[in-house]
Amino acid sequence: MKQFLSFAKKEFLHIFRDTWTMMIILVLPVIMMLLFGYAVTTEIRDTNIGILDNSRDEISNRLIDKLDESEYFSVLKVFKSNSEIDKAFRRNEIYMAIVIENDFSKKLITGQNPKIQIIADASDPNHAKTLVNYASGVIAQSLMQETKANSPLSQINTEIKLLYNPLMKSSYNFVPGVMGFIIIIVCAMMTSISIVRERERGSMELLLASPVKPITIILSKVTPYFFLSIINILTIFLVSYFVMGVPIKGSLFWIFLLCIVYILVSLSLGILVSTIAKTQLVALIISAIILLMPSMLLSGMMFDISSMPLILQAIAQIMPAKWFISAIRKLMIMGVDVRFVLNEFLVLFSMGVFLILISLKKYKNRLE
Amino acid sequence: MLRYLIEKEFKQIKRDFILPKLILLFPFIALILLPYAANFEFKDIRVVVVDNDKSSYSNQVLNKLRANTSININYIEDSYTKAMELIQEDRADMIINIPSGFEKDYIVNKKSNILIAVNTVNGMKGSISAMYAQNIISDFSLEKNSSIQVLNSPKMEIQPLYSFNKTLNYKFFMVPALMVMILTLICGFLPAFNIVGEKEKGNMEQINVSPITKPVFILSKLIPYWIIGAIVISIGFLVAWLFYGITPQGSIFTVYIFSFIFTLAISGLGLVLSNYAQTYQQAVFMMFFFIMILILMSGLYTPFTSMPPWAQTIGSFSPLKYFIDVMRCVYLKGSNIVELLPQLYALLGFVVVVNTWAILSYRKKN
Amino acid sequence: MDDVIVVRDLTKRFGHFVAVDNISFNVKKGEIFGFLGANGAGKTTAMRILCGLSRPTSGEASVGGFDIRHESEKIKKNIGYMSQKFSLYQDLKVWENIKLFAGIYGMKRNEIASKTDILLKELGFEKEKNTLVKDLPLGWKQKLAFSVAIFHNPKIVFLDEPTGGVDPITRRQFWEMIYDASQKGITVFVTTHYMDEAEYCDRVSIMVDGRIEAMNSPKELKREFNAENIDEVFRLLAKKSTRKEI
Repeated sequence: MKQFLSFAKKEFLHIFRDTWTMMIILVLPVIMMLLFGYAVTTEIRDTNIGILDNSRDEISNRLIDKLDESEYFSVLKVFKSNSEIDKAFRRNEIYMAIVIENDFSKKLITGQNPKIQIIADASDPNHAKTLVNYASGVIAQSLMQETKANSPLSQINTEIKLLYNPLMKSSYNFVPGVMGFIIIIVCAMMTSISIVRERERGSMELLLASPVKPITIILSKVTPYFFLSIINILTIFLVSYFVMGVPIKGSLFWIFLLCIVYILVSLSLGILVSTIAKTQLVALIISAIILLMPSMLLSGMMFDISSMPLILQAIAQIMPAKWFISAIRKLMIMGVDVRFVLNEFLVLFSMGVFLILISLKKYKNRLE
Repeated sequence: MLRYLIEKEFKQIKRDFILPKLILLFPFIALILLPYAANFEFKDIRVVVVDNDKSSYSNQVLNKLRANTSININYIEDSYTKAMELIQEDRADMIINIPSGFEKDYIVNKKSNILIAVNTVNGMKGSISAMYAQNIISDFSLEKNSSIQVLNSPKMEIQPLYSFNKTLNYKFFMVPALMVMILTLICGFLPAFNIVGEKEKGNMEQINVSPITKPVFILSKLIPYWIIGAIVISIGFLVAWLFYGITPQGSIFTVYIFSFIFTLAISGLGLVLSNYAQTYQQAVFMMFFFIMILILMSGLYTPFTSMPPWAQTIGSFSPLKYFIDVMRCVYLKGSNIVELLPQLYALLGFVVVVNTWAILSYRKKN
Repeated sequence: MDDVIVVRDLTKRFGHFVAVDNISFNVKKGEIFGFLGANGAGKTTAMRILCGLSRPTSGEASVGGFDIRHESEKIKKNIGYMSQKFSLYQDLKVWENIKLFAGIYGMKRNEIASKTDILLKELGFEKEKNTLVKDLPLGWKQKLAFSVAIFHNPKIVFLDEPTGGVDPITRRQFWEMIYDASQKGITVFVTTHYMDEAEYCDRVSIMVDGRIEAMNSPKELKREFNAENIDEVFRLLAKKSTRKEI
């Protein structure tokens, strides 16, 4: 125990003296939260559009004003020909163009159904669909005002209830994701690199030749990262609660227990990687490719798992981050009872036991 | 002098245990898998229907729901409470609750209600799911109405035209941009690791005590990754063509010219950071920190114009933003180099600034 | 102009720690100058300053006639350096390392090729030409590192603990190589904490806690301190040390 403490202390000093790394570890979660909270959004705001008005009458003018006034669009240019539109698209200046047919007002009044063409840059299909939807909405509304029409038809009222996130804040979704991701970086990636570094420099041999048990050495290397991730988790909770207004609905006890189980799983992943990798570069690449990228892409943090092809869904099942994020989402955001996350707990727990057993075995093999 | 150093870099890369595999396989595998994962389309939305009416109309609604390819009716429950449990267990995403008397209300009172309760923890998925359900229901209502004569009120015809990606294929959008990300990961991270590796192994000291000039040293690191970048992007072009049938509408030379310039910018950034880092751990963290910001603010996943103004300002300092623009423009719209001059100037600016910085921040002395 | 290294009042501080404390000395052309001291006495720091790897806090020095503050790049053209930590590329072959560093010092391609063959022969390394450096035994590595350091015929070669961890026979051979180099007119500046090696030097200086406490030929030193060997001289001086070993 005494040995362990003195080793752990050495590791702590090692990390704390490395100001750069410390700063980034502590700031990273905050920056990630800000990025995901404010920058990763599909909101439509003041998108540049172009107009080709072949009619130039009162109604078409008012229509253009309506589009420009709306919070979604801003009319960048009024074009004279179709080829100009094309050019603007190819220069990435506009994302949508509205083409109004000639004699628009006349045709509208005489019931000839004038045409309005909405040309969207469908490079980004989702963005294009949304733009077209919004533009159709603005145009239809403006037409309604022009004609004051109303249709007395049978209606089905669809009442939409937004469960758990009535304000539709994106932070509700990514806060659990950021937690899952940060812990993988700090626990799995950093731990594996730091253990391999020790070995690469030969100081591991020195330690192993000493009467200290290997397990003590590993544990002491891992301990600082354990505490760092706890600090990270707390930071994320504080920022999300006080700055982003994300509620913590479920029981704090279970939430923390979940975090600790997940941290332990990630640490054992880090140890496992360190037993496989011979050099820091290899440790780095392995943890980046098999841990970091899948934890970002296949964990449900950014992209919906159930919309993926089956093979990716299958891979997602073996990512601890997926289970953690799912569970923390339920506990923290949805505030469900712990019995609804038993599954996730069980999976994470078995993953932890399994990983620890394998890395112990691997570790022994290496030494013999 | 430079020739010897470059020769040495290639020999080392060739002999490395993992680098050759990484450079050749990573672009290949990543480009095959990533477009399927990095997707904001929602398929297989899991729906639980609570049908309290069990009428012919409610059945028709159900059939309409079933016919939709994005929606899957996974459960039909008798009570809303039970449906709610499925949501809590995360076995369903959305509840569609048809009240008893639905059919009667619709025919007699010309008005009836359907409740759509949707899990919006993932707001984007929630709102899109609700939109799908709403559209299906209003379609149903429209069909029922079509028997009734529609009043001949003034109308206009709105014709949406989706240009450059007529089939609205999300992969056409992502694949060219993901090539940029892959190029960034390989040509940004590797040079940084290369230098800290030499620092940790002590080779750097031997270099620093030699008369190598700073620009020569930086060039000796830049040029190998420049060539690797060309290999990586070529693999990308090949996979895009063979696997997704995506070829640039514009000239392939335009894409190559830009990727050459971009690689110099991103490798330069890696070199700058490696000049400040002493260990792998520091290099990883610094690179990760900056590259993550650059990627998330580049418009790779979400539209650049959707970001608030302050974020757009920061994002406009990301070389990724410009190169992603270029790739999408050339691949999908066939833009030529003249139309992409602003991006060209921006990227050239990065190359000059970043590499000058790399040369200046490289210290042979401490 | 006989002095190739001139050091005046050189000091290097790291925060409050004074690693090199106001040292002054000259090294003559062609001599083997031993720079002795315990671990942490400041030898390596002083040497790194002379090689242009580190900036002094105060004081002046010139190496090969060039000022260390303003002309360090010119100095680098005229020196060879072998660091304490093996610093050739482990993942390059023997001849590749030679070629690389020769190339860095601007030697011509055909000159490199012919000289490489001669060198490998002298070292008895012909068979190891294509061996990766990481697969060489430690002693061989050190010999190779030294050969690479003087391959471009520098005026001065700096050796930092060149024989650390090497067996006595190899150490012996190593010193023969140093003598050969010295014969060719290369000035040798060598740090060591093996006191028996000091006997091989033309002149030695002994550093204690960042200061030079004694400097003379080994013979004179022994006479001065009335000691059997340099080791005894060193122990007499080292008693003054207040610094803990690092």
